[in-house]
Amino acid sequence: MAAWPAITDIAEGVKTGRLKAVEQVKQSLKAIDDAAEYKAIIAKTEKRALERAEELDKRISNGETVGRLAGVPFIAKDNFLAYGADTTAASNILKGFDAPYQATAIERLEDEGAICVAKANLDAFAHGSSTENSDFFTTLNPHDKTRVPGGSSGGSATSVVLDMVPFAIGTDTGGSIRQPASFTGAVGYKPTYGLVSRSGVVAMASSTDVIGPLAKTTKDAAMVLDAMAGQDTLDSTTIERDDSYADLSASLKGKKIGVIKEYMSEGLDKDVKKQIDEAIAKLKEAGVEISEVSLPSLPLALAVYYIIMPAEVSSNLSRYDGQRFGYTYEKAKDLDESYSKSRSKGFGREAKRRIMIGTYVLSSGYYDAYYKKAQTVRTKLINEFNEAFSNVDFLLGPTTPTTAFKIGENTDDPLKMYLSDIMTVAANLTGVPAISIPAGEVDGLPVGLQLMAAQSRDKQLLQLAKAAEALW
Amino acid sequence: MAKITVKKMANKYHSAIGIECHVQLNTKTKLFAAVGNDARGAKPNSLISHICLGMPGALPVLNQKAVELAARMAFAVNTKPQKYSYFERKHYFYPDLPKGYQITQLQKPIIKGGYVEIDSLSSEDGQTKKIKLNRVQIEEDAGKNTHPAGADYSLVDLNRAGTPLFEIVSEPDISSAEEAKTYARELYLLVKYSGVGDADLYHGNMRFDVNVSLSDDPKKLGTRTETKNLNSFKSVFGAVEHEIARQTELLQKGQKIVQETRGWDEAKQKTISQRGKEEAHDYRYFPEPDIPPIELDDDFINKIDKSMPVLPVEWRRRLKSLGLDKSFTETLIEAEAEDEKVSYLGLIEQNLEEKELAKFLAKMFVNVEIPLRRADETSGLTKDVSRADIYSGIYELLKDNKLSSTATKSLLTELLKTGAQPENLEKYADEQGYIQVSNEKEIEKIVAEVVKENTAAAEDVRSGEAKAIGFLVGQVMKKSLGKANPEIAKKLIKQQLGV
Repeated sequence: MAAWPAITDIAEGVKTGRLKAVEQVKQSLKAIDDAAEYKAIIAKTEKRALERAEELDKRISNGETVGRLAGVPFIAKDNFLAYGADTTAASNILKGFDAPYQATAIERLEDEGAICVAKANLDAFAHGSSTENSDFFTTLNPHDKTRVPGGSSGGSATSVVLDMVPFAIGTDTGGSIRQPASFTGAVGYKPTYGLVSRSGVVAMASSTDVIGPLAKTTKDAAMVLDAMAGQDTLDSTTIERDDSYADLSASLKGKKIGVIKEYMSEGLDKDVKKQIDEAIAKLKEAGVEISEVSLPSLPLALAVYYIIMPAEVSSNLSRYDGQRFGYTYEKAKDLDESYSKSRSKGFGREAKRRIMIGTYVLSSGYYDAYYKKAQTVRTKLINEFNEAFSNVDFLLGPTTPTTAFKIGENTDDPLKMYLSDIMTVAANLTGVPAISIPAGEVDGLPVGLQLMAAQSRDKQLLQLAKAAEALW
Repeated sequence: MAKITVKKMANKYHSAIGIECHVQLNTKTKLFAAVGNDARGAKPNSLISHICLGMPGALPVLNQKAVELAARMAFAVNTKPQKYSYFERKHYFYPDLPKGYQITQLQKPIIKGGYVEIDSLSSEDGQTKKIKLNRVQIEEDAGKNTHPAGADYSLVDLNRAGTPLFEIVSEPDISSAEEAKTYARELYLLVKYSGVGDADLYHGNMRFDVNVSLSDDPKKLGTRTETKNLNSFKSVFGAVEHEIARQTELLQKGQKIVQETRGWDEAKQKTISQRGKEEAHDYRYFPEPDIPPIELDDDFINKIDKSMPVLPVEWRRRLKSLGLDKSFTETLIEAEAEDEKVSYLGLIEQNLEEKELAKFLAKMFVNVEIPLRRADETSGLTKDVSRADIYSGIYELLKDNKLSSTATKSLLTELLKTGAQPENLEKYADEQGYIQVSNEKEIEKIVAEVVKENTAAAEDVRSGEAKAIGFLVGQVMKKSLGKANPEIAKKLIKQQLGV
């Protein structure tokens, strides 16, 4: 399968009639079928996609103006509510759920002429780092079929790397865009909390969930962000956006980057470290001022995350009670049995684990010791990040401590699995934007470099990432 | 028998009563969804959206009107809204609660403290008491479950799910059934006056839960019971009265009070136990991450303060100089809140200097206009200016003895019913036959006829039976179609009969 041209080139071609939207969609659907063995996709939205493409082509031939993403096919992680196929969040409890409305992110992409062609696999309810927690199947790493693609947006990342689409969208609650981007060699962008509306996205942890793009280049990711970003009356946590995220011309010279000390030490694979060090050296050569920055509370971030996230998960999953939508245990004799059987049969192991942890940390008697303390440390972490960003423009580190691990390697040890989020969760807890861009390989497996900026400095971060990309 | 013992025993125990009141806000849309809020008479599940259904991906968006109403409520209870407050999630599973949690407030409610000043109806000396409030929080209502008789299913109507409510929580400062009732009514008035809700008790838009505890030590609270879902002042009174009696009797017998939730049996006028054991719920509250905290600035708070109307306590103070009966004052205060287009107190206040006129207005409002409006028998005439014209016109005619008190009421009734606004009121009243005849010659003729037709009564009068004069005056009034000045008629009867 041939690589896709840049998103702007596809859209430009479709707008001028040189390319047909229908052909783009067909090419995408074929690529999906050709790479079926990687199991990146839960369902195609073929019929709707072709109809929308035909309509778009007709509008263009009628001389109507169309959007910036005209005719660009994309894949949405299956926790985005979208028309054209069921929205399952890769869970049995939502199997067969036909969304009655669409996510704002999807709506905005469609408004710009982009066409959703399929729904991608994920860890059920986005709970995981490998797609192995999908209630349906595990997606394979495009570089090595015995390895995981990362998660939870593993299907989205794989679909981009295997050229099924020019871009995909995912969600990042603790690293779920950046970690699979790192494992598969894609660019994965996690915007500032609130920059993209969460409306119509199956909630995981409301205070850290963000929506973002996965693409082959930073420029493409920025184009997608530009279409999705901004306030939404359906999500009161959304924030004001910059005028444009598409103009990325900026120089590296004089930029100050702090290398995060805590991420470069213990626990980091030495070959991965070598790649990161090389990237740092190249940035230095390009005129970037590199310094070391320490964030003392960072080692606590994972623990804090695994208290706050399950607390919110346990609450957000309460609505899946078998009464209004999704799976219902039909043979229940009374209400209590209907609740307990619908939920125990409908939810997978990881969802249940998180519901139990979350319920525990919120229960009276434990709230202060866990949830409240975690929030206190979270505030401390935010202060440390603020302080760091008063000295440097950006922070740098690896996205993950290792390259993609083997399928089944961590499934028996949830703690070990959780450790693969260790370098990504801090950006979620503090709400800052972060990006993972490919930075070399170790034994044929991609390494991801993570860059972070202060809240709402999304444009500057994308500019940095684009300039860095050009260095290697 | 029980009642007499109660009153004796009540002296021994101090009752501490706290009231939680749920009030539905009169916002156009729900608390977190752009869906109609008035479920009265609506088809089940016709006022719902993906938010009310708790669909995946649905996010609550706070209705700013509810915040404004909360700020108004704060001033109504003699405090200011909190500058910083936030929502929390309260978790439990029930089919009428689609998200599995209720969005409410706990740690940081929008109103803290404040008080309601009650003016007990039974005390004519105008003594008031301040019932302190613990808090007022904004929260969403749940839906409604119905269990059809004999069916093996239940039905859920989510029209009410997400309706904005205030939970107004008092301190246990109330000490009798009478005070509880008065407090409930005062809250009702405050809700109406501040424009927060329609307080439609009949439809359950305002409901009371009463917590009653008795103790022989005034410094300590006894074990309390909570009687839930009372939707009239009468039932608040009844439930408190019965709980005090019931608990007194138990304590007298040396038994313990069980902390429990009770219901009110309207027919039997009794509270009844609803749960055997009080379940220890763990609602796992935590701050609602989907809704940013509510932050109010001084400008907003001051703007609300300035827009507040005169409240009942202040009206009572202002009307005091008129020396009206308490029931008159209270009827006026209640009626003032019933129709926002019609003002009674405003008109009275404008004429407070002229005490007689002000009293006349109060009397006419209570006896004529308010009953007419409540029966919905008035025309569209609501403007203060037009109504002031009518009232002052009628008042002049009454003072000039051109209207009898009966004719005054009849004329006012007619004007309010028809909406007629005659340019010359006296001419109009005359044409319509309301002006009383004070011309002695005309009345003399009628008196002569009446005396002739009622010889027996006339004889009685002559022989000194004063009562019979009243009868003859009545006959004169009848014959004159109510127009004869009764004082003159009486004088002439006496003259003719030589007494």
